[in-house]
Amino acid sequence: MNLNELAIVQAAEGLQKKDFTSVELTSACLARIHERNKDINAFITVCDELAIEEAKKADMMIAKGEAKPLTGIPFAVKDAICTAGVRSTGAGKILDNYTPPYDATVIKKIRDQGGVLIGKNNCDAFGHGASNENSMYGPVKNPHDLSKVAGGSSGGSAAAVADNMCIYAIAEDTGGSIRQPASFCGVVGLRPSYGRNSRYGIMPMASSLDTVGPLTKTVEDMAIVMQEIAGRDPLDATTVAYDEPPHPALSRGARGQQPPLLAGEVGVRARVGVPKEYFEIEGIDPEVKEITIEKIKLLKDSGCEIIDVSLPHTKYAIAVYYIIVPCEDSSNMARLDGIRYGVRNTEGRTLYDMYARSRDLGFPEEVKRRILIGTYALSAGYYDAYYKKAQQVRTLIRKDFDDVFKQVDVLITPTSPFPAFGVGEKASDPLAMYLADVMLSPASVAGVPALSVPAGKTKAGLPVGIQIIGARMDEGLVMQVGHQLSF
Amino acid sequence: MSDVTSPSVPLLEEREELKKCMSISIDEVRKIAQLARIELTPEEQVRHAETISAVLDYMNILNEVDTTNVEPTFQVTGLENVYREDVVVESKLRDKLIAQMPEVEMEELVVPGVFE
Repeated sequence: MNLNELAIVQAAEGLQKKDFTSVELTSACLARIHERNKDINAFITVCDELAIEEAKKADMMIAKGEAKPLTGIPFAVKDAICTAGVRSTGAGKILDNYTPPYDATVIKKIRDQGGVLIGKNNCDAFGHGASNENSMYGPVKNPHDLSKVAGGSSGGSAAAVADNMCIYAIAEDTGGSIRQPASFCGVVGLRPSYGRNSRYGIMPMASSLDTVGPLTKTVEDMAIVMQEIAGRDPLDATTVAYDEPPHPALSRGARGQQPPLLAGEVGVRARVGVPKEYFEIEGIDPEVKEITIEKIKLLKDSGCEIIDVSLPHTKYAIAVYYIIVPCEDSSNMARLDGIRYGVRNTEGRTLYDMYARSRDLGFPEEVKRRILIGTYALSAGYYDAYYKKAQQVRTLIRKDFDDVFKQVDVLITPTSPFPAFGVGEKASDPLAMYLADVMLSPASVAGVPALSVPAGKTKAGLPVGIQIIGARMDEGLVMQVGHQLSF
Repeated sequence: MSDVTSPSVPLLEEREELKKCMSISIDEVRKIAQLARIELTPEEQVRHAETISAVLDYMNILNEVDTTNVEPTFQVTGLENVYREDVVVESKLRDKLIAQMPEVEMEELVVPGVFE
């Protein structure tokens, strides 16, 4: 097995035992990137020299016995997350030349303990998309089949983890941007509870929905990374304080001495809800349905109680999501104007020309579309019909989850109704692309945690993901159930 | 690396048909684009009017839901009034921030005139 194929648990163990160094581990990942990135396009920026420099420092920390759980482990970061001294474009040309002077809080936590930043992942520009075709740096291809999309918006991160170009990645999920590419590429992806991880230093899209989470090769790795990055941050007032870890899974093991969360343990006897609405969705792929049902049986056999449940407002979640997002988005995107940083177009004569041309050339079509929808929906006379109405229906979707979590501990659904689709297949139909989020939007608007874990492959060899949704702040249990599904 | 190809522009005669059934007109698109400070070509205006109309039509699904007396959800954390001490902290990023500016003169940001 090549070093770049290791998960965090094995990599950390190898580093501790001095079986190999972080420089060797990092070099293996860099070699893989240089071999594969021209086909997959998962990275916009690769940190060749910086990564080796950071790996050397990590090796010194390990030698001195100062290693923490993520010391010396190479990781990749979605380009819409700020990394100090490393170009962060958000996959939009308006920030083509932008090098943030500071790290996002979650990135700082990892780099401070000697995590090795290996590069910046391609994504849909500023998180706008579900296929990674809205990147201004070209689409990301699925490592399992280069004619298929990697999913989006964090497609580069999922593809990089799946193709062993890094050991894990940090990305963001507003309406499925971690979970959907995780399912398309066959890796583990977590959208944490809203408020669990700091968003300071993240390029914002929809502030009431944006979350930051990891993509990993195993659920165990997911728990380790979450343990290191979660927590209240004075720089993000929406983060929630908690003294006790929310669930044993987050407290157990993740401190290095006792790495495996739950390894070998089988038997979370959770009450697992199967929401019928998710299985009745029009256009659900029969293979996806079959694979999901198989996995549900497996949980039953291992002692979980399976309960049929209903979330009656499921079908309204996409409409709610795609009103709230453009509204919040149009104001967030206003900061990208070519004035204080980024690419300024100076061909026009007036200030207006400067704004309008910088934004025209700097944003892909989908970003412009959402800014336009948001500007329209928030303009005088439309606020009640769109934004307020959406936020009211959002309350009903939250209530669906509140009610159902009185009966069950977690919910199980497919992550996406279909496996990865063809590059270009939905690119010209934005509404069809929005509808791909059908199984992802409900948890997003409710602010509850949801994990996608690989569940199998279709006959054509494309990965299928299964989604485990939990109650607010209950990602511990969500991960335990996910871990159980990994056997 | 190439940019993503844009969807094709409908033919002129098709456009005339489209205009009749669109819930947002090309003129409205032009107006909101101006408000949002985005320059659009005539082709882009047509394309946005068409795709945004389809999206807005889809949103009508929400009218099926009775939301009488339902409070809107503006946030999900339940946090209220998150305060911090009002302490001045010196930023060490000054030079790095100035280095990111598109045009600088004597350490000051240069912008086009606001008044013409």
